[in-house]
Amino acid sequence: MKSSITLLHKTYQFRDLKEILAKANEEKSGDQLAGIAANDAQERLAARHLLADLTLSEIRNNPVLAPEEDEVSRLIEESINEKIYQSIANWTVSELRETLLSDNTTNHEISRIRRGLTSEMAAAAAKIMSNLDLIQAASKIEIITQCNYPIGHKGTLAGRAQPNHPTDSIQGIKASLYEALSYGIGDAVIGINPVIDTAESVKQILQMTRDEIDRFQIPTQNCVLAHVTTQMRAIKNGAPSDLLFQSLAGTEAGNKAFGISIDLLNEANELIQKEGTSHGPNLWYFETGQGSELSSDAHHCIDQVTLESRCYGLAKKYKPFIVNTVVGFIGPEYLFNSKQVIRAGLEDHFMGKLQGIPMGVDVCYTNHMKADQNDMENLAILLGSAGVNFLIGVPMADDCMLNYQSTSFHDIASVRSVLGLRPAPYFEKWLEKMGIIEDGRLTGRAGDPTIFM
Amino acid sequence: MKEKQIELIVQKVMEQLQAKFPTENRADPIDKGLIFTEKDWETSIPKPAFQEGVADLITSTPARIGVWRTGTRPLTKTMLKLQFDHAAAIDAVGGEVLENYLEEFALFTVETCYENKEVYLKRPDKGRVLTDAAVQTITERCHNRPQVQIVVSDGLSACAVETNLKDVYPALLDSLQLNNLTCGTPFFVKGGRVACMDHIGEILEPEVLVLLIGERPGLVSASSMSAYMCYRPRKGIVESDRNVISNIHPLGTPPVEAGAHIGTVLQKMLEQKASGVKLEL
Repeated sequence: MKSSITLLHKTYQFRDLKEILAKANEEKSGDQLAGIAANDAQERLAARHLLADLTLSEIRNNPVLAPEEDEVSRLIEESINEKIYQSIANWTVSELRETLLSDNTTNHEISRIRRGLTSEMAAAAAKIMSNLDLIQAASKIEIITQCNYPIGHKGTLAGRAQPNHPTDSIQGIKASLYEALSYGIGDAVIGINPVIDTAESVKQILQMTRDEIDRFQIPTQNCVLAHVTTQMRAIKNGAPSDLLFQSLAGTEAGNKAFGISIDLLNEANELIQKEGTSHGPNLWYFETGQGSELSSDAHHCIDQVTLESRCYGLAKKYKPFIVNTVVGFIGPEYLFNSKQVIRAGLEDHFMGKLQGIPMGVDVCYTNHMKADQNDMENLAILLGSAGVNFLIGVPMADDCMLNYQSTSFHDIASVRSVLGLRPAPYFEKWLEKMGIIEDGRLTGRAGDPTIFM
Repeated sequence: MKEKQIELIVQKVMEQLQAKFPTENRADPIDKGLIFTEKDWETSIPKPAFQEGVADLITSTPARIGVWRTGTRPLTKTMLKLQFDHAAAIDAVGGEVLENYLEEFALFTVETCYENKEVYLKRPDKGRVLTDAAVQTITERCHNRPQVQIVVSDGLSACAVETNLKDVYPALLDSLQLNNLTCGTPFFVKGGRVACMDHIGEILEPEVLVLLIGERPGLVSASSMSAYMCYRPRKGIVESDRNVISNIHPLGTPPVEAGAHIGTVLQKMLEQKASGVKLEL
């Protein structure tokens, strides 16, 4: 594998693939914090030129983290279809980019190519793609999944209703849920982040959302985003859960810091297959986000884009219903400003979709980042154009439990309206029946949560 | 007649009218300026299906619901309110604690290696280490091996210090006295992270250390403070070895109450010679 490049008259030498991948990244404070970012803008471009020229087989043959040392590496390596891989092994990363962007390459063709790709190859492609490249390529890909009802169709945009409450008050959660539904949000999932991580509390919230779904015959699914072991206990105690949730990292050590392993995920998977309340076949909800491995010192000096891509390689095994990157939650030491958050959001969405993942994005930021609500609105529109499966809906974008800002019910309704996108098909029919939407537009009743009282 | 001429005539007539009735043409509100209070941010659903239910929903959660809309967008006031709350948070992160405010509490200032606000945000590790000058200053000015060392830091919210210290600090000193604890020489650390406790612990070797530090600002409160406490802080201490009282601000954990409670916790640390998860409270 070539590890040096003479770009015009200057020669740049890199140690290994890991260094080339890291230095080819757009500027990210997380890579700088890890001490692996390019030293200057021209070295970044030197790395990118070299990466564009590497073949997919070189990427596969130079693992950033050896399969013998890491179970996520093992899982990604084992999931490759060898026949398809052989047919593209001699492509350079540049050829992969150009193939994905070519008019002749359709969703159907991409769904074949992906079976020969590793997560590192998907990350490599993203690194030599511009923001509009990432949007263009992702917009071709359609990933439809079904828990109780299908979402992800081209021309649709779903929303997760995230009616969190700072003390898990059932009444308070219900109030925000009614508000969400009245704006046409909740087709991806009704998903609550609990404050109290106990099986009993999780069960109560699941039961309430189940009752509301039954009462109004809402074509959606419920989930409480506690630790997977807590959800498992709740389900064993009879809690009605349509989906299992868990945060993922891109390394075995990172997952250990989250208190999980592939063994544990397998055990949970068996449980939800047996005891879950939904139609299926897709029964998982995963969240990811650039920087989590570094924050738990589990990054093995691999850059955060590559590690994020590996999360999707892991997620794929469990055929998830929905996955979203929580793109700006982690803070400025990983993504410093809106430019970095927007870039990361587009990268994550593309890398996930390329690997067949039903990607949503939590377009968000914390108050110590150099970003504001305008930046989130920008990214939401960009992702809407890229065909994102779902966005997160929080009352006026301000999550009063998690203390960060995401996108609002108004924002999702606006992205749908501006880009001509519809809610998920069954959910739209229900919204019409409830008199909230007519011909894809909000009616005079929309925005009134008391219609559910 | 040309348009311009008409305009001139109208202007002249208006001027004459204004001269004749000077007071009537000056509306009072312009002089007073716009007076905008909390209540003025409120919006409502024009014709709710169940009028009596609106209050039940809104009072059940601090979330911004029942706000209504224009088309798919929020009303102007709802949007301005969100932007205002975010502005307060931004100013809290970017702000600095005034020197003369700290002098009121006889706190002198030292710095961590944070360099500037941008580096502070990007490099948490730098906010955990004092500069060489700071090490020298506290070595010279502070009592070595005190029973209790008090340290104050801006952290991620300068206004958390300015809002809460005047209540927390005297209450803390009172509670130390009440528990018969003696206190070393308190000081202020500019650009501090929680783990700067460990570095200070190495230098001054206190029995227990309490760090009053500004929290990451939220939209509900931009001036929330935390009190981190540790028994014999030193390098290598892990998160779970520390105790914390968080959410200290006038609408959260009341500052006076927090100050009083800290003394009790420190007393227990000294009795049990432990802190964090090992401490029985």
